[in-house]
Amino acid sequence: MTSAADTLLEVARSPLGLLGITLGGYQAGRWLLRRTGDHALAQPVLVAVVVAGGAITLLGVEYADYRSATEIVAFWLGPATVALAIPLHRQVDRLRGFVVPLLVAVVLGAAASISSGVLLARWLGAEQALEETLAAKAATTPVAIALTEPLGGIPALAAVFAITIGIVGAVAGPATLHLLRIRDRRARGLALGAVSHGVGASRMLREHETEGAFAGLSMGLSALAISVLLPVLALLLW
Amino acid sequence: MILGLTWLVAFQLLGEVTVRLLDLPVPGPVVGMLYLLVFLRLRRPAAGAPVLRAGDGLLRHLQLFFVPAGVGVVAYLGVLGDDWLPITVAMLGSWLVALAVVGWTAVGLERLLGEPRDDQPRTAR
Repeated sequence: MTSAADTLLEVARSPLGLLGITLGGYQAGRWLLRRTGDHALAQPVLVAVVVAGGAITLLGVEYADYRSATEIVAFWLGPATVALAIPLHRQVDRLRGFVVPLLVAVVLGAAASISSGVLLARWLGAEQALEETLAAKAATTPVAIALTEPLGGIPALAAVFAITIGIVGAVAGPATLHLLRIRDRRARGLALGAVSHGVGASRMLREHETEGAFAGLSMGLSALAISVLLPVLALLLW
Repeated sequence: MILGLTWLVAFQLLGEVTVRLLDLPVPGPVVGMLYLLVFLRLRRPAAGAPVLRAGDGLLRHLQLFFVPAGVGVVAYLGVLGDDWLPITVAMLGSWLVALAVVGWTAVGLERLLGEPRDDQPRTAR
């Protein structure tokens, strides 16, 4: 009896088992989303993270081992990011008359995100390393990691902050934009892509193609704006 | 499906090469997105073209691809320790500030430049 349980645990801890848990968690999230009539909290990414995170904690699997087992899933993020050009291609007419607002908004947003994150953390007594780690969180994860290291922050933690703020955006983005009375679909996508990068875009794509398209564009432009502004603002902030 | 995915990977590769050659601060796939957009504008493939089918297929499940990175958050929760308060406030506060700055700036400038397009979405959930 114990040997059967041991075998089961062994399979669950294997790369295939971890992959199965991840896909199963994602499908459970999709099922929950349908069952709850698109409840904001039932984001498949959130459900899958809770399921898989809980599972590796219970199974005693190291995150590094989980990560290499699910590399096959994470790999598709690259081609999917390239594919964000497709909704943008279909929505390109809606860029007319919006290029100047778009560029100004993204640059101001990057500056606001960096400085408000750093100053809020400082006000609450965080150490400088933590302030530096919080600065780039609105950028898409690889950019946040790359920017945090030269600044003196902790790159692995910056990745955690970036993905967390992405999930926050997927859950709370549309409702918050409603409260802020931002109704233009282009501005809505632009705003959420700027603060919650690709994870925000994934939520917006399900809301409306225009919102998804502008969130994808905004993710790219914001990564660029944050990269350029961060070294400059660092001189003022520290 | 595989032909379309090959196209997407090819544009990603092109993006990676560009980023490395020019030492750009953005990820390769973001530059690949730009290349694919230019390609789509120039070639205007028909609705069912492989690259469009594969891309739409991947985008439907975009959230899945963030799960491995997201599980890292669970692994890190214990490390936050005493710093959870400044982290939570700084994260949520600056998220809200920047969301409002981007949204309001875009809408305000649109009105100023005379091309407002207020398409009211259905009520928020």
